Amino acid sequence: MTETRPFVEIRHAKKSYGSLEVLKDINLTVDRGEIVAIIGPSGSGKSTLLRAINDLDPLTGGEVILDGTQVNKALPHRQYEKHINQMRQQIGMVFQHFNLFPHLTVRDNVVMAPKLLKGISEDAAQKLAEEQLAHVGMLERIDYYPSQLSGGQKQRVAIARALAMKPKLMLFDEATSALDPELVEEVNQVMKTLAQEHMTMIIVTHEMEFAADVCDRVIFMDGGVVVEEGPPTVVFQNPTQPRTRDFLRKHLSQYEKEK
Amino acid sequence: MDVDLILRVYPYFLEAAVVTIELSVLTILLGLLCGAAGAWARLSRFALLRFAGAAYVSVFRGTPALIQLFLLYFGGPQVGIQLDAFEAGVIGLGVNIGAYMTETMRGAIVAVDHGQGEAARTLGLSRAQSFRKVVLPQALRLMIRPLGVNINAQIKGTALVAAISVVELTYTAQRYIGSTYKPFEMFLLAGVLYLIIITVVGKGISFLDRRVRLQ
Repeated sequence: MTETRPFVEIRHAKKSYGSLEVLKDINLTVDRGEIVAIIGPSGSGKSTLLRAINDLDPLTGGEVILDGTQVNKALPHRQYEKHINQMRQQIGMVFQHFNLFPHLTVRDNVVMAPKLLKGISEDAAQKLAEEQLAHVGMLERIDYYPSQLSGGQKQRVAIARALAMKPKLMLFDEATSALDPELVEEVNQVMKTLAQEHMTMIIVTHEMEFAADVCDRVIFMDGGVVVEEGPPTVVFQNPTQPRTRDFLRKHLSQYEKEK
Repeated sequence: MDVDLILRVYPYFLEAAVVTIELSVLTILLGLLCGAAGAWARLSRFALLRFAGAAYVSVFRGTPALIQLFLLYFGGPQVGIQLDAFEAGVIGLGVNIGAYMTETMRGAIVAVDHGQGEAARTLGLSRAQSFRKVVLPQALRLMIRPLGVNINAQIKGTALVAAISVVELTYTAQRYIGSTYKPFEMFLLAGVLYLIIITVVGKGISFLDRRVRLQ
């Protein structure tokens, strides 16, 4: 298969709430297997952009294209529902606050969607749950409820839940921001494993060290625009834009201190 | 206090209590149905349904249940609705409590963390699937206690049908006062029986709530 188009393509993305413009004509492409970090101050629009990719926060203008198919198609309600559910099955998402289903066991959190949407058998579901949970090191907690897990464990289960749908693309919305510092590493480890497996990932993060370590490209956003983008070595060590330098001075010094 | 009188009449009060229980069960079931329909309408995508749901709630919560009952039972025949007193009691009070239950159910559904539905939709579940599998199971747990409050109110509310001569507990008390002239004993006996019913139901609801509560 020859790829003529980028895997993920965001074209002229605009989003406004009334007169407040949150995203101002953003253009962005991500290649298959690429790992991209989106960084920037809060209110810069980075989470909004991420949530526009699976149309959770619909854009007010522009388009998102995944693997040749437009995600945010304007369709009549019923057709849109069908289309977006199809698209979302291919796009995994991990939230800051995990959003595990508290009334279901870890197993059922992982296999509910595959059972409902792919009609897999009980046996296949059990196998899938074991496989996905082993992958994030949570197999021994398969019969637990979310309330019995630590934050880091919850987030690992949330990642397993997203992966169980075998997505083409994973979105991480500040996946470690709500965690106690000592729990961040276990989640980062899981994300690193995914990186090694060449999962395409778009990661909104505040962790510069992780972004530098794992990502192929860093995108710095501020005020609803992409201010600067490039390989982490370039963006972090030789930022060209004053706004990037300003932001990094605050955040990297923090990271230097931690080291 | 005339204890002998109480011992003599209490079997009749027990029979009347059975009618009160029947009325309670039927009005609560009807109320739950109306409440579910009302909550569904109030949370609909369609403005017309939302309006209908809101109108239902405001009309039935905004007027006395007794007026609604009289309107149905005494006013009904004038517009071709012929119901016996028991039927009118069940329908009138059931639809009335349904308006309160609408708000209880709607409140529980919107109280489920927004991120829950979002996570379900992100996995590719349809609106209906995400409601059925993720939001509703959590909302049901949240609504047990507040529905318990509605149910408690409704059991006591069945006393209103005494006003249209349904022979339940309150009406029975009034009737025996007419023949014995002992209102203290008769109302006390009726009150104790209400208290027993309410206490048993309340314990049941607490038990159910503890059983299914999420940590």
